[in-house]
Amino acid sequence: MPRTATGTAAKRSGMSLNTRNTLVGMTFILPNFIGFFCFVLIPVAFSFVLSFMEWDGFTEMKFVGIENFLDIFDDRVFRAALVQTVTFSIFTVAFSMVLALALAILLNNKLKGVNFFRAAIFFPYVASIVAVAAVFKAMFMKDGGPINEFLGLFLPDSMLPGWLASTDWALAACIIVQVWKNMGYFMIIYLAALQDIPYSLYEAASIDGATKWQQFKSITLPMLTPSHFYVLMMLVINSFKTFDLIFTLTEGGPGTSTTMLSQYIYNESFISWNYGGASAAAMVLFLIVAAVTLLQFRVERKFNDFM
Amino acid sequence: MIEKKKNPLSGAVLYVVLILITAVTLLPLLWMLSSSFKLSTEVFTVPIRWIPETFHWENYLTIWQKIPFGLFTFNSAKLTVIITLIQLFTCSFAAYGFTKCKFRGRDTLFLCYVATIAIPWQSYMLPQYSMMQKLGLVDTHLGYILMQAFAAFGVFLLRQFFQSIPNDLLEAARIDGLSEYGTYFRIVLPLAKPSLASLAILSFVTTWNDFMGPMIYFNSEANKTIPLGIRMFQGQYSSDWQFIMAASVISLIPVFVLYLFCQRYFVQGIATSGMKG
Repeated sequence: MPRTATGTAAKRSGMSLNTRNTLVGMTFILPNFIGFFCFVLIPVAFSFVLSFMEWDGFTEMKFVGIENFLDIFDDRVFRAALVQTVTFSIFTVAFSMVLALALAILLNNKLKGVNFFRAAIFFPYVASIVAVAAVFKAMFMKDGGPINEFLGLFLPDSMLPGWLASTDWALAACIIVQVWKNMGYFMIIYLAALQDIPYSLYEAASIDGATKWQQFKSITLPMLTPSHFYVLMMLVINSFKTFDLIFTLTEGGPGTSTTMLSQYIYNESFISWNYGGASAAAMVLFLIVAAVTLLQFRVERKFNDFM
Repeated sequence: MIEKKKNPLSGAVLYVVLILITAVTLLPLLWMLSSSFKLSTEVFTVPIRWIPETFHWENYLTIWQKIPFGLFTFNSAKLTVIITLIQLFTCSFAAYGFTKCKFRGRDTLFLCYVATIAIPWQSYMLPQYSMMQKLGLVDTHLGYILMQAFAAFGVFLLRQFFQSIPNDLLEAARIDGLSEYGTYFRIVLPLAKPSLASLAILSFVTTWNDFMGPMIYFNSEANKTIPLGIRMFQGQYSSDWQFIMAASVISLIPVFVLYLFCQRYFVQGIATSGMKG
Protein backbone atom coordinates (compact mmCIF):
# COMPACT_ATOMS: atom_id res chain seq x y z
CA MET A 1 0.00 0.00 0.00
CA PRO A 2 1.44 3.33 -0.99
CA ARG A 3 -0.41 5.25 1.68
CA THR A 4 0.86 3.42 4.77
CA ALA A 5 2.94 6.31 6.02
CA THR A 6 0.17 8.86 5.74
CA GLY A 7 -2.28 6.21 6.88
CA THR A 8 -0.71 5.73 10.29
CA ALA A 9 -0.25 9.45 10.67
CA ALA A 10 -3.93 9.88 9.96
CA LYS A 11 -4.88 7.33 12.58
CA ARG A 12 -2.71 9.10 15.08
CA SER A 13 -4.35 12.46 14.46
CA GLY A 14 -7.79 10.86 14.52
CA MET A 15 -8.72 11.78 10.96
CA SER A 16 -9.88 9.40 8.29
CA LEU A 17 -7.44 8.74 5.50
CA ASN A 18 -9.76 10.35 3.01
CA THR A 19 -10.16 13.57 4.94
CA ARG A 20 -6.45 13.79 5.43
CA ASN A 21 -5.66 13.22 1.77
CA THR A 22 -8.24 15.80 0.78
CA LEU A 23 -6.76 18.32 3.19
CA VAL A 24 -3.21 17.76 1.99
CA GLY A 25 -4.30 17.95 -1.66
CA MET A 26 -6.23 21.11 -0.96
CA THR A 27 -3.26 22.89 0.61
CA PHE A 28 -1.38 22.37 -2.64
CA ILE A 29 -4.16 23.72 -4.77
CA LEU A 30 -5.33 26.49 -2.48
CA PRO A 31 -2.78 29.27 -3.19
CA ASN A 32 -3.65 29.15 -6.85
CA PHE A 33 -7.30 28.38 -6.36
CA ILE A 34 -8.02 31.42 -4.16
CA GLY A 35 -6.75 33.76 -6.85
CA PHE A 36 -8.37 31.75 -9.61
CA PHE A 37 -11.69 31.70 -7.78
CA CYS A 38 -11.74 35.43 -6.97
CA PHE A 39 -10.35 36.83 -10.19
CA VAL A 40 -11.51 34.34 -12.82
CA LEU A 41 -14.44 32.20 -11.66
CA ILE A 42 -16.42 34.95 -9.92
CA PRO A 43 -16.12 37.36 -12.87
CA VAL A 44 -17.16 34.57 -15.25
CA ALA A 45 -20.29 33.91 -13.17
CA PHE A 46 -20.93 37.63 -12.76
CA SER A 47 -20.67 38.12 -16.50
CA PHE A 48 -23.47 35.61 -16.98
CA VAL A 49 -25.68 37.49 -14.51
CA LEU A 50 -24.85 40.87 -16.03
CA SER A 51 -25.99 39.82 -19.48
CA PHE A 52 -29.57 39.82 -18.15
CA MET A 53 -29.22 43.18 -16.40
CA GLU A 54 -29.25 46.80 -17.35
CA TRP A 55 -26.31 48.56 -15.74
CA ASP A 56 -23.89 51.40 -16.41
CA GLY A 57 -21.52 50.45 -13.60
CA PHE A 58 -22.75 53.14 -11.21
CA THR A 59 -26.52 53.28 -10.83
CA GLU A 60 -28.65 50.39 -9.58
CA MET A 61 -28.82 47.18 -11.61
CA LYS A 62 -32.11 46.29 -13.21
CA PHE A 63 -33.21 42.85 -14.41
CA VAL A 64 -34.31 43.07 -18.03
CA GLY A 65 -34.51 39.43 -19.10
CA ILE A 66 -33.26 38.76 -22.61
CA GLU A 67 -33.66 42.36 -23.72
CA ASN A 68 -29.89 42.89 -23.95
CA PHE A 69 -29.65 40.02 -26.40
CA LEU A 70 -32.50 41.39 -28.52
CA ASP A 71 -30.85 44.81 -28.45
CA ILE A 72 -27.45 43.67 -29.64
CA PHE A 73 -28.88 41.54 -32.41
CA ASP A 74 -30.75 44.65 -33.49
CA ASP A 75 -27.48 46.56 -33.56
CA ARG A 76 -26.01 46.75 -37.06
CA VAL A 77 -22.49 47.03 -35.63
CA PHE A 78 -22.91 43.86 -33.58
CA ARG A 79 -24.15 41.90 -36.57
CA ALA A 80 -21.26 43.20 -38.65
CA ALA A 81 -18.83 42.27 -35.86
CA LEU A 82 -20.30 38.77 -35.67
CA VAL A 83 -19.97 38.19 -39.43
CA GLN A 84 -16.46 39.65 -39.50
CA THR A 85 -15.29 37.59 -36.54
CA VAL A 86 -16.52 34.42 -38.22
CA THR A 87 -14.96 35.38 -41.57
CA PHE A 88 -11.69 36.33 -39.92
CA SER A 89 -11.63 33.07 -37.98
CA ILE A 90 -12.41 30.80 -40.91
CA PHE A 91 -9.62 32.25 -43.05
CA THR A 92 -7.12 32.50 -40.21
CA VAL A 93 -7.75 28.92 -39.11
CA ALA A 94 -7.57 27.49 -42.64
CA PHE A 95 -4.40 29.34 -43.71
CA SER A 96 -2.62 28.84 -40.39
CA MET A 97 -3.32 25.12 -40.31
CA VAL A 98 -2.19 24.42 -43.87
CA LEU A 99 0.90 26.62 -43.56
CA ALA A 100 1.87 25.27 -40.15
CA LEU A 101 1.61 21.69 -41.37
CA ALA A 102 3.49 22.41 -44.59
CA LEU A 103 6.28 24.20 -42.72
CA ALA A 104 6.50 21.43 -40.15
CA ILE A 105 6.89 18.82 -42.89
CA LEU A 106 9.51 20.91 -44.69
CA LEU A 107 11.43 21.47 -41.48
CA ASN A 108 11.24 17.87 -40.35
CA ASN A 109 14.09 17.11 -42.74
CA LYS A 110 17.61 16.61 -41.49
CA LEU A 111 19.04 19.64 -43.24
CA LYS A 112 21.98 21.83 -42.43
CA GLY A 113 20.74 24.96 -40.68
CA VAL A 114 17.29 23.55 -40.02
CA ASN A 115 17.37 24.99 -36.52
CA PHE A 116 17.91 28.46 -37.89
CA PHE A 117 14.88 28.16 -40.16
CA ARG A 118 12.72 26.85 -37.34
CA ALA A 119 13.83 29.63 -35.02
CA ALA A 120 13.24 32.33 -37.63
CA ILE A 121 9.74 31.16 -38.46
CA PHE A 122 8.80 30.86 -34.82
CA PHE A 123 10.15 34.25 -33.78
CA PRO A 124 7.14 36.40 -34.83
CA TYR A 125 5.09 34.49 -32.28
CA VAL A 126 7.09 35.91 -29.38
CA ALA A 127 7.36 39.42 -30.82
CA SER A 128 5.31 42.16 -29.18
CA ILE A 129 1.95 42.64 -30.91
CA VAL A 130 2.18 46.41 -30.65
CA ALA A 131 5.58 46.39 -32.33
CA VAL A 132 4.38 43.98 -35.02
CA ALA A 133 1.28 46.07 -35.68
CA ALA A 134 3.38 49.22 -35.95
CA VAL A 135 5.61 47.66 -38.60
CA PHE A 136 2.74 46.26 -40.61
CA LYS A 137 0.84 49.54 -40.41
CA ALA A 138 3.82 51.19 -42.06
CA MET A 139 4.41 48.35 -44.52
CA PHE A 140 0.75 48.30 -45.60
CA MET A 141 0.68 52.05 -46.40
CA LYS A 142 -1.12 52.55 -49.70
CA ASP A 143 1.41 55.02 -51.08
CA GLY A 144 5.07 54.38 -50.38
CA GLY A 145 4.52 51.32 -48.21
CA PRO A 146 6.96 48.52 -49.07
CA ILE A 147 4.23 45.96 -49.76
CA ASN A 148 2.50 48.05 -52.41
CA GLU A 149 5.87 49.06 -53.73
CA PHE A 150 6.58 45.38 -54.34
CA LEU A 151 3.14 44.68 -55.81
CA GLY A 152 3.60 47.74 -58.03
CA LEU A 153 6.24 45.79 -59.93
CA PHE A 154 3.50 43.51 -61.27
CA LEU A 155 0.29 45.56 -61.04
CA PRO A 156 -0.72 48.96 -62.40
CA ASP A 157 -1.13 51.64 -59.73
CA SER A 158 -4.91 51.65 -60.04
CA MET A 159 -5.09 48.01 -59.00
CA LEU A 160 -3.00 48.30 -55.85
CA PRO A 161 -5.07 47.47 -52.76
CA GLY A 162 -5.57 50.16 -50.10
CA TRP A 163 -4.98 47.57 -47.34
CA LEU A 164 -5.65 48.97 -43.88
CA ALA A 165 -7.18 52.16 -45.25
CA SER A 166 -9.74 50.38 -47.41
CA THR A 167 -12.95 48.78 -46.19
CA ASP A 168 -12.50 45.99 -48.74
CA TRP A 169 -8.94 45.05 -47.86
CA ALA A 170 -8.50 45.83 -44.16
CA LEU A 171 -9.82 42.47 -42.99
CA ALA A 172 -7.56 40.63 -45.43
CA ALA A 173 -4.57 42.59 -44.14
CA CYS A 174 -5.47 41.65 -40.56
CA ILE A 175 -5.73 37.97 -41.53
CA ILE A 176 -2.30 38.09 -43.17
CA VAL A 177 -0.68 39.57 -40.08
CA GLN A 178 -2.42 37.15 -37.74
CA VAL A 179 -1.32 34.13 -39.80
CA TRP A 180 2.22 35.49 -40.11
CA LYS A 181 2.47 36.00 -36.36
CA ASN A 182 1.06 32.69 -35.13
CA MET A 183 1.89 30.01 -37.68
CA GLY A 184 5.26 29.30 -36.05
CA TYR A 185 3.57 28.26 -32.83
CA PHE A 186 1.41 25.66 -34.54
CA MET A 187 4.34 24.55 -36.67
CA ILE A 188 6.14 23.58 -33.45
CA ILE A 189 3.17 21.49 -32.30
CA TYR A 190 3.04 19.67 -35.63
CA LEU A 191 6.80 19.26 -35.66
CA ALA A 192 6.77 17.59 -32.25
CA ALA A 193 4.04 15.22 -33.41
CA LEU A 194 5.81 14.43 -36.70
CA GLN A 195 8.91 13.39 -34.81
CA ASP A 196 6.83 10.86 -32.88
CA ILE A 197 5.70 9.00 -36.01
CA PRO A 198 7.73 5.81 -36.18
CA TYR A 199 10.03 5.74 -39.19
CA SER A 200 9.30 2.05 -39.73
CA LEU A 201 5.86 2.99 -41.05
CA TYR A 202 7.42 4.92 -43.92
CA GLU A 203 9.95 2.17 -44.52
CA ALA A 204 7.23 -0.45 -44.78
CA ALA A 205 5.22 1.79 -47.08
CA SER A 206 8.08 2.46 -49.45
CA ILE A 207 8.91 -1.25 -49.61
CA ASP A 208 5.31 -1.76 -50.65
CA GLY A 209 5.92 0.80 -53.37
CA ALA A 210 3.85 3.67 -51.96
CA THR A 211 4.62 7.08 -53.46
CA LYS A 212 5.51 10.11 -51.33
CA TRP A 213 2.02 11.50 -51.75
CA GLN A 214 0.42 8.18 -50.76
CA GLN A 215 2.67 8.05 -47.69
CA PHE A 216 1.63 11.57 -46.75
CA LYS A 217 -2.05 10.77 -47.23
CA SER A 218 -2.12 7.40 -45.48
CA ILE A 219 0.59 7.75 -42.85
CA THR A 220 1.42 11.34 -42.02
CA LEU A 221 -2.06 12.87 -42.03
CA PRO A 222 -3.83 10.15 -40.03
CA MET A 223 -0.98 9.83 -37.54
CA LEU A 224 -1.31 13.53 -36.82
CA THR A 225 -5.02 13.33 -35.96
CA PRO A 226 -4.68 14.29 -32.27
CA SER A 227 -2.55 17.27 -33.27
CA HIS A 228 -5.04 18.35 -35.91
CA PHE A 229 -7.74 18.52 -33.27
CA TYR A 230 -5.58 20.37 -30.77
CA VAL A 231 -4.32 22.85 -33.36
CA LEU A 232 -7.81 23.39 -34.70
CA MET A 233 -9.22 24.02 -31.24
CA MET A 234 -6.48 26.44 -30.22
CA LEU A 235 -6.74 28.28 -33.53
CA VAL A 236 -10.50 28.67 -33.27
CA ILE A 237 -10.30 29.91 -29.67
CA ASN A 238 -7.44 32.27 -30.47
CA SER A 239 -8.95 33.78 -33.56
CA PHE A 240 -12.35 34.30 -31.97
CA LYS A 241 -10.81 36.23 -29.13
CA THR A 242 -8.30 38.24 -31.18
CA PHE A 243 -8.24 41.79 -29.93
CA ASP A 244 -4.77 43.29 -29.49
CA LEU A 245 -3.63 42.79 -33.04
CA ILE A 246 -6.66 44.23 -34.77
CA PHE A 247 -7.06 47.02 -32.27
CA THR A 248 -3.48 48.14 -32.79
CA LEU A 249 -3.70 47.73 -36.57
CA THR A 250 -7.05 49.37 -37.35
CA GLU A 251 -8.99 50.05 -34.11
CA GLY A 252 -11.84 48.22 -35.87
CA GLY A 253 -11.94 50.54 -38.87
CA PRO A 254 -12.15 51.90 -41.43
CA GLY A 255 -15.80 52.35 -40.51
CA THR A 256 -16.64 49.08 -38.78
CA SER A 257 -15.02 46.90 -41.43
CA THR A 258 -12.63 45.15 -39.02
CA THR A 259 -14.63 45.42 -35.79
CA MET A 260 -14.50 42.02 -34.09
CA LEU A 261 -16.75 40.73 -31.32
CA SER A 262 -13.99 41.33 -28.79
CA GLN A 263 -13.73 44.95 -29.83
CA TYR A 264 -17.50 45.36 -29.78
CA ILE A 265 -17.44 44.13 -26.18
CA TYR A 266 -14.63 46.55 -25.39
CA ASN A 267 -16.46 49.50 -26.98
CA GLU A 268 -19.73 48.73 -25.22
CA SER A 269 -17.90 48.30 -21.89
CA PHE A 270 -15.40 51.10 -21.79
CA ILE A 271 -16.75 53.65 -24.24
CA SER A 272 -20.57 53.37 -24.11
CA TRP A 273 -20.71 52.07 -20.49
CA ASN A 274 -23.45 49.70 -21.59
CA TYR A 275 -22.51 46.84 -19.26
CA GLY A 276 -25.60 44.74 -20.03
CA GLY A 277 -25.06 44.89 -23.79
CA ALA A 278 -21.36 44.19 -23.42
CA SER A 279 -22.04 41.15 -21.24
CA ALA A 280 -24.67 39.84 -23.63
CA ALA A 281 -22.17 40.13 -26.49
CA ALA A 282 -19.58 38.45 -24.25
CA MET A 283 -22.02 35.61 -23.65
CA VAL A 284 -22.52 35.20 -27.41
CA LEU A 285 -18.75 35.07 -27.90
CA PHE A 286 -18.45 32.52 -25.10
CA LEU A 287 -21.27 30.37 -26.47
CA ILE A 288 -19.75 30.28 -29.95
CA VAL A 289 -16.35 29.25 -28.64
CA ALA A 290 -17.89 26.69 -26.27
CA ALA A 291 -20.05 25.23 -29.04
CA VAL A 292 -17.11 24.91 -31.42
CA THR A 293 -14.96 23.33 -28.71
CA LEU A 294 -17.65 20.82 -27.72
CA LEU A 295 -18.34 19.98 -31.33
CA GLN A 296 -14.66 19.29 -31.84
CA PHE A 297 -14.52 16.99 -28.83
CA ARG A 298 -17.56 15.14 -30.15
CA VAL A 299 -16.12 14.72 -33.61
CA GLU A 300 -12.76 13.71 -32.17
CA ARG A 301 -14.34 10.98 -30.06
CA LYS A 302 -16.41 9.71 -33.00
CA PHE A 303 -13.29 9.77 -35.10
CA ASN A 304 -11.28 7.82 -32.54
CA ASP A 305 -14.02 5.21 -32.20
CA PHE A 306 -14.09 4.87 -35.93
CA MET A 307 -10.34 4.34 -36.19
CA MET B 1 10.64 11.65 -45.77
CA ILE B 2 14.30 11.28 -44.93
CA GLU B 3 14.76 9.67 -48.33
CA LYS B 4 14.89 13.12 -49.88
CA LYS B 5 18.60 13.06 -49.16
CA LYS B 6 19.10 10.77 -52.12
CA ASN B 7 18.20 13.45 -54.59
CA PRO B 8 20.49 16.51 -54.51
CA LEU B 9 18.18 18.51 -56.77
CA SER B 10 15.18 18.21 -54.45
CA GLY B 11 17.51 19.22 -51.62
CA ALA B 12 18.41 22.41 -53.45
CA VAL B 13 14.77 23.16 -54.22
CA LEU B 14 13.94 22.63 -50.56
CA TYR B 15 16.60 25.14 -49.57
CA VAL B 16 15.31 27.74 -52.00
CA VAL B 17 11.76 27.32 -50.70
CA LEU B 18 12.90 27.53 -47.09
CA ILE B 19 15.03 30.59 -47.69
CA LEU B 20 12.13 32.32 -49.44
CA ILE B 21 9.70 31.56 -46.61
CA THR B 22 12.18 32.62 -43.97
CA ALA B 23 12.90 35.84 -45.83
CA VAL B 24 9.21 36.70 -46.03
CA THR B 25 8.87 35.95 -42.32
CA LEU B 26 11.84 38.06 -41.30
CA LEU B 27 11.52 41.00 -43.71
CA PRO B 28 9.04 42.97 -41.57
CA LEU B 29 11.40 42.70 -38.62
CA LEU B 30 14.41 43.73 -40.70
CA TRP B 31 12.44 46.64 -42.07
CA MET B 32 11.68 47.63 -38.49
CA LEU B 33 15.36 47.55 -37.63
CA SER B 34 16.39 49.49 -40.70
CA SER B 35 13.70 52.18 -40.23
CA SER B 36 14.69 52.69 -36.62
CA PHE B 37 17.98 54.22 -37.82
CA LYS B 38 16.43 56.60 -40.34
CA LEU B 39 15.09 60.15 -40.35
CA SER B 40 11.31 60.41 -40.46
CA THR B 41 11.56 61.67 -44.05
CA GLU B 42 13.57 58.61 -45.09
CA VAL B 43 11.28 55.90 -43.73
CA PHE B 44 9.05 55.68 -46.79
CA THR B 45 11.46 56.42 -49.63
CA VAL B 46 10.88 54.55 -52.88
CA PRO B 47 12.67 52.27 -53.58
CA ILE B 48 13.35 50.92 -50.09
CA ARG B 49 16.82 51.54 -48.75
CA TRP B 50 17.50 48.51 -46.58
CA ILE B 51 20.70 50.01 -45.24
CA PRO B 52 20.21 53.62 -44.14
CA GLU B 53 22.47 56.22 -45.74
CA THR B 54 23.62 57.37 -42.34
CA PHE B 55 22.78 55.54 -39.15
CA HIS B 56 20.84 57.87 -36.89
CA TRP B 57 21.72 56.26 -33.59
CA GLU B 58 20.28 59.31 -31.84
CA ASN B 59 16.77 57.90 -32.43
CA TYR B 60 17.58 55.42 -29.71
CA LEU B 61 18.43 58.27 -27.34
CA THR B 62 15.46 60.44 -28.28
CA ILE B 63 12.85 57.87 -27.34
CA TRP B 64 13.99 57.89 -23.72
CA GLN B 65 13.66 61.68 -23.60
CA LYS B 66 10.42 62.25 -25.52
CA ILE B 67 8.35 60.01 -23.26
CA PRO B 68 9.19 58.37 -19.90
CA PHE B 69 10.30 55.22 -21.71
CA GLY B 70 12.74 54.30 -18.95
CA LEU B 71 9.90 54.24 -16.43
CA PHE B 72 7.77 52.15 -18.81
CA THR B 73 10.60 49.67 -19.22
CA PHE B 74 10.97 49.43 -15.47
CA ASN B 75 7.21 48.88 -15.07
CA SER B 76 7.17 46.19 -17.73
CA ALA B 77 10.10 44.41 -16.13
CA LYS B 78 8.64 44.66 -12.64
CA LEU B 79 5.20 43.33 -13.62
CA THR B 80 6.68 40.58 -15.75
CA VAL B 81 8.96 39.33 -12.98
CA ILE B 82 6.32 39.42 -10.24
CA ILE B 83 3.62 37.74 -12.31
CA THR B 84 6.01 35.07 -13.56
CA LEU B 85 7.14 34.29 -10.00
CA ILE B 86 3.57 34.02 -8.69
CA GLN B 87 2.68 31.78 -11.62
CA LEU B 88 5.66 29.51 -11.05
CA PHE B 89 4.96 29.16 -7.36
CA THR B 90 1.18 28.71 -7.33
CA CYS B 91 0.89 26.76 -10.57
CA SER B 92 3.53 24.18 -9.72
CA PHE B 93 1.94 23.72 -6.31
CA ALA B 94 -1.52 23.33 -7.78
CA ALA B 95 -0.33 21.09 -10.60
CA TYR B 96 1.22 18.77 -8.02
CA GLY B 97 -2.07 18.68 -6.14
CA PHE B 98 -3.95 17.88 -9.30
CA THR B 99 -1.53 15.17 -10.45
CA LYS B 100 -0.12 13.41 -7.44
CA CYS B 101 -2.58 13.89 -4.59
CA LYS B 102 -5.74 11.79 -4.61
CA PHE B 103 -8.91 13.28 -3.21
CA ARG B 104 -12.56 13.51 -4.06
CA GLY B 105 -13.66 16.22 -6.49
CA ARG B 106 -10.14 16.65 -7.82
CA ASP B 107 -10.92 15.90 -11.44
CA THR B 108 -14.10 17.98 -11.44
CA LEU B 109 -12.14 20.93 -10.10
CA PHE B 110 -9.47 20.48 -12.72
CA LEU B 111 -12.12 20.40 -15.42
CA CYS B 112 -13.25 23.82 -14.15
CA TYR B 113 -9.70 25.08 -14.63
CA VAL B 114 -9.37 23.70 -18.14
CA ALA B 115 -12.77 25.02 -19.16
CA THR B 116 -11.71 28.57 -18.34
CA ILE B 117 -8.84 28.31 -20.84
CA ALA B 118 -11.47 28.17 -23.54
CA ILE B 119 -13.36 31.17 -22.16
CA PRO B 120 -12.18 34.31 -23.94
CA TRP B 121 -10.91 36.90 -21.50
CA GLN B 122 -13.10 39.50 -23.18
CA SER B 123 -16.19 37.73 -21.93
CA TYR B 124 -15.33 38.35 -18.28
CA MET B 125 -12.98 41.32 -18.43
CA LEU B 126 -15.82 43.71 -17.64
CA PRO B 127 -17.03 42.12 -14.37
CA GLN B 128 -13.36 41.66 -13.47
CA TYR B 129 -12.79 45.35 -14.08
CA SER B 130 -15.78 46.50 -12.05
CA MET B 131 -14.69 44.18 -9.26
CA MET B 132 -11.24 45.72 -9.28
CA GLN B 133 -12.89 49.13 -9.32
CA LYS B 134 -14.84 48.24 -6.15
CA LEU B 135 -11.60 47.14 -4.53
CA GLY B 136 -9.90 50.36 -5.62
CA LEU B 137 -7.37 48.38 -7.67
CA VAL B 138 -7.94 49.88 -11.11
CA ASP B 139 -4.91 51.83 -12.30
CA THR B 140 -2.65 50.03 -9.82
CA HIS B 141 -0.02 47.43 -10.50
CA LEU B 142 -1.51 45.19 -7.82
CA GLY B 143 -4.84 44.98 -9.63
CA TYR B 144 -3.15 44.01 -12.87
CA ILE B 145 -0.98 41.42 -11.13
CA LEU B 146 -3.97 39.79 -9.43
CA MET B 147 -5.81 39.62 -12.69
CA GLN B 148 -2.91 38.12 -14.67
CA ALA B 149 -1.27 35.79 -12.18
CA PHE B 150 -3.93 33.13 -11.87
CA ALA B 151 -4.56 32.07 -15.42
CA ALA B 152 -5.38 28.38 -15.65
CA PHE B 153 -2.96 27.72 -18.48
CA GLY B 154 0.07 27.42 -16.18
CA VAL B 155 -1.60 24.74 -14.08
CA PHE B 156 -2.61 22.88 -17.22
CA LEU B 157 0.91 23.02 -18.68
CA LEU B 158 2.70 21.87 -15.52
CA ARG B 159 0.17 19.09 -14.94
CA GLN B 160 1.05 17.76 -18.38
CA PHE B 161 4.70 17.63 -17.29
CA PHE B 162 4.09 16.22 -13.81
CA GLN B 163 2.14 13.29 -15.23
CA SER B 164 5.37 12.02 -16.73
CA ILE B 165 7.00 11.75 -13.28
CA PRO B 166 6.63 8.10 -12.23
CA ASN B 167 4.41 7.54 -9.20
CA ASP B 168 6.75 4.79 -7.93
CA LEU B 169 9.36 7.41 -7.25
CA LEU B 170 7.00 9.42 -5.08
CA GLU B 171 5.75 6.33 -3.27
CA ALA B 172 9.31 5.36 -2.46
CA ALA B 173 9.82 8.82 -0.98
CA ARG B 174 6.63 8.54 1.07
CA ILE B 175 7.62 5.15 2.40
CA ASP B 176 10.97 6.63 3.37
CA GLY B 177 8.98 8.96 5.57
CA LEU B 178 8.88 12.16 3.53
CA SER B 179 5.68 14.12 3.98
CA GLU B 180 3.69 15.15 0.93
CA TYR B 181 5.35 18.58 1.10
CA GLY B 182 8.78 17.05 1.46
CA THR B 183 8.11 14.89 -1.59
CA TYR B 184 7.13 17.97 -3.54
CA PHE B 185 10.13 20.09 -2.58
CA ARG B 186 12.82 17.43 -2.51
CA ILE B 187 11.75 15.08 -5.32
CA VAL B 188 9.30 16.71 -7.72
CA LEU B 189 10.59 20.26 -7.84
CA PRO B 190 14.17 19.35 -8.82
CA LEU B 191 12.83 17.00 -11.52
CA ALA B 192 10.48 19.68 -12.80
CA LYS B 193 13.12 22.32 -13.45
CA PRO B 194 12.90 22.20 -17.27
CA SER B 195 9.12 22.41 -17.17
CA LEU B 196 9.27 25.36 -14.78
CA ALA B 197 11.65 27.05 -17.20
CA SER B 198 9.13 26.52 -19.99
CA LEU B 199 6.31 28.04 -17.97
CA ALA B 200 8.53 30.93 -16.86
CA ILE B 201 9.42 31.78 -20.43
CA LEU B 202 5.89 31.55 -21.79
CA SER B 203 4.57 33.64 -18.91
CA PHE B 204 7.39 36.17 -19.36
CA VAL B 205 6.63 36.65 -23.04
CA THR B 206 2.86 36.92 -22.50
CA THR B 207 3.13 39.53 -19.77
CA TRP B 208 5.92 41.49 -21.41
CA ASN B 209 3.94 41.82 -24.64
CA ASP B 210 0.48 42.24 -23.13
CA PHE B 211 -1.32 45.25 -24.52
CA MET B 212 -5.04 44.99 -23.77
CA GLY B 213 -4.71 44.49 -20.02
CA PRO B 214 -2.47 47.51 -19.41
CA MET B 215 -4.52 49.59 -21.83
CA ILE B 216 -7.69 48.98 -19.85
CA TYR B 217 -6.15 49.10 -16.39
CA PHE B 218 -3.51 51.83 -16.51
CA ASN B 219 -4.55 55.43 -17.01
CA SER B 220 -1.82 57.30 -15.20
CA GLU B 221 1.49 57.62 -16.94
CA ALA B 222 3.38 56.38 -13.88
CA ASN B 223 1.88 52.91 -14.30
CA LYS B 224 2.22 52.39 -18.03
CA THR B 225 4.26 49.71 -19.77
CA ILE B 226 6.34 49.49 -22.96
CA PRO B 227 3.51 48.49 -25.38
CA LEU B 228 1.52 51.54 -24.25
CA GLY B 229 4.65 53.65 -24.66
CA ILE B 230 5.11 52.56 -28.27
CA ARG B 231 1.54 53.61 -28.94
CA MET B 232 2.27 57.08 -27.56
CA PHE B 233 4.48 57.82 -30.56
CA GLN B 234 1.55 57.25 -32.88
CA GLY B 235 -0.15 60.61 -33.24
CA GLN B 236 -3.63 61.14 -34.60
CA TYR B 237 -2.39 62.55 -37.91
CA SER B 238 1.30 62.01 -38.07
CA SER B 239 3.47 59.33 -36.62
CA ASP B 240 7.13 59.46 -35.79
CA TRP B 241 7.76 56.13 -37.44
CA GLN B 242 11.49 56.07 -36.71
CA PHE B 243 10.79 56.42 -32.97
CA ILE B 244 8.02 53.82 -33.09
CA MET B 245 10.43 51.42 -34.76
CA ALA B 246 13.26 52.19 -32.33
CA ALA B 247 10.95 51.64 -29.35
CA SER B 248 9.68 48.43 -30.94
CA VAL B 249 13.22 47.17 -31.43
CA ILE B 250 13.93 47.87 -27.75
CA SER B 251 10.80 45.97 -26.74
CA LEU B 252 11.93 42.96 -28.78
CA ILE B 253 15.45 42.75 -27.36
CA PRO B 254 14.69 40.99 -24.03
CA VAL B 255 12.42 38.47 -25.73
CA PHE B 256 14.98 37.92 -28.46
CA VAL B 257 17.81 37.31 -26.00
CA LEU B 258 15.66 34.98 -23.94
CA TYR B 259 14.64 33.17 -27.08
CA LEU B 260 18.20 32.83 -28.27
CA PHE B 261 19.35 31.14 -25.08
CA CYS B 262 16.24 29.22 -24.07
CA GLN B 263 14.75 28.16 -27.38
CA ARG B 264 14.71 24.57 -26.16
CA TYR B 265 12.31 25.45 -23.34
CA PHE B 266 10.00 27.39 -25.63
CA VAL B 267 9.71 24.44 -27.94
CA GLN B 268 9.33 21.97 -25.10
CA GLY B 269 6.61 24.02 -23.46
CA ILE B 270 4.60 24.35 -26.63
CA ALA B 271 5.06 20.74 -27.65
CA THR B 272 3.99 19.53 -24.21
CA SER B 273 0.83 21.62 -24.14
CA GLY B 274 -0.07 19.94 -27.42
CA MET B 275 0.28 16.44 -25.98
CA LYS B 276 -2.81 14.59 -24.93
CA GLY B 277 -2.79 14.34 -21.13
